[in-house]
Amino acid sequence: MAKNQVSLSQGSTRRDFLNWFVGTTAGAFIVSVLYPLSRYLVPPKSEESSARTVTLSIKPQEVKPDSGQIFRFGSQPAILVNTPDGQLKAFTATCTHLGCIVQYRSDLNQIWCACHNGHFNLNGKNVEGPPPKPLEEYAVNVRGDQIVVSKKG
Amino acid sequence: MDMEDRGQQHGKLWLWLDERIGLKDLEYLAKKKEVPMHRHSVWYYFGGMTLFLFMVQVTTGILLLLYYRPSAGEAFESVQFLMTEVQFGWLVRSIHAWSANLMILTMFIHLFSALLLKAYRPPRELTWLSGGALMGLTLAFGFTGYLLPWNELSYFATRVGTEIPGVMPVVGAFIRRLMRGGDDVTGATLTRFYGIHVAVLPLIVTMVLGLHLFLVQKHGMSRPPSAESGPDAKRVMPFMPNFLLRDVVGWLCALAVLAALAAYFPAELGKKADPFQPAPIGIKPEWYFMAMFQTLKLLPSYILGIEGELLGVLAFGLVGLVLIIIPFLDRGATLGRKTRFPAAFAITLIAYMILLTYIGYTVSPTK
Repeated sequence: MAKNQVSLSQGSTRRDFLNWFVGTTAGAFIVSVLYPLSRYLVPPKSEESSARTVTLSIKPQEVKPDSGQIFRFGSQPAILVNTPDGQLKAFTATCTHLGCIVQYRSDLNQIWCACHNGHFNLNGKNVEGPPPKPLEEYAVNVRGDQIVVSKKG
Repeated sequence: MDMEDRGQQHGKLWLWLDERIGLKDLEYLAKKKEVPMHRHSVWYYFGGMTLFLFMVQVTTGILLLLYYRPSAGEAFESVQFLMTEVQFGWLVRSIHAWSANLMILTMFIHLFSALLLKAYRPPRELTWLSGGALMGLTLAFGFTGYLLPWNELSYFATRVGTEIPGVMPVVGAFIRRLMRGGDDVTGATLTRFYGIHVAVLPLIVTMVLGLHLFLVQKHGMSRPPSAESGPDAKRVMPFMPNFLLRDVVGWLCALAVLAALAAYFPAELGKKADPFQPAPIGIKPEWYFMAMFQTLKLLPSYILGIEGELLGVLAFGLVGLVLIIIPFLDRGATLGRKTRFPAAFAITLIAYMILLTYIGYTVSPTK
């Protein structure tokens, strides 16, 4: 064995060199497969919902008193609530707990998530159940017979 | 002369095949295989039943592929067509849905019986670990398959299910995006889950299942500590044909239960998923996720300043980890000592799962 190994000037052998060469090549090959594969699996960034203001298709006089409804705020669901005292309010409809879509419950005068029984009051504050954060509130403006909802701040 | 003897015993085809693939060795293995007999032997049948139900899943799954269309616009409609127009379409889908449920049930029975009978002791640690991997893969099958009909329940179950890893700090948001194929549950999630459900998981399960079954053949069935001494210590039954025929009876029982459930309680379809509708009242996951679901529902928003669901998810992970590595925690059993904590752990876990599942199904959905 040792006879076949030709010493190189640095004291390493031909076998060491070949091991290093084959190992590096194999490593480079694996990386060149895994890198595109892992990038492929990560979905491309979609357009962030840039909507800051939406005009609803429903007119103010058509909103039933003491009720709630889901509308599209860009690509995200939001909820419009007509409170018992006749105020129009809007919040994100995505529950801050595990992302279900909330609904208005007139029997409690609260916004409620059916998935894990989370309760929010009509200021969007999480008041009962597992949600850790309040719902983001949007500004609602009535302009003539249009309802315009926009992000605050 | 030996060749002639066997030729008369087996016929020419057998001899021809034996020379090419070595049937003689397989025959020897099959004749040699024995199954320990003792008062807990009945639990041996549940692994075989799980395997049988898996084969039913493969068969019915392939049949469903002929009509199913994996896109947000067509998935619900294609399942509706299958259920109403295709002859026996309702039956194939109902068998697939029920067999999935029964398979998870028999898998849990198999898991807990192996745990309580300490079948994980050396040299069977890898059998246990491969079984743990199969459990994870089976639950992944259930989770990904649930979304495919693209109805209201499956949509919200997937929203919640993919949000759960999202609560983990640092990597959570990335994992959620990777699972969903985007920031929200959309048609991209559906195609992703479809690919995982019909290609990735079957491939991995087939390989891990192959390892699991090979190890079971290599080591034979484990004799529980309580049957290692006393009158049962040496009792065995030949596998071929005695135990195999009993196994087949187990499969037939599973098939009978399956057929009755599928015929009398066909799988429902519900309403089509709508990402702009509130989650329906009374929404709940499949029964095998119910205990976890109910736990998340009962946890307060903050416990000692940490978000409740994060603690819950960490606790689930910890229980799963203990379960998987129990062969290495139960060092006493390796040395032949009696250890109590695996049984205590198993019974506590079973009791907790049953209790929370019961609460989940009986609690009022609006309170």
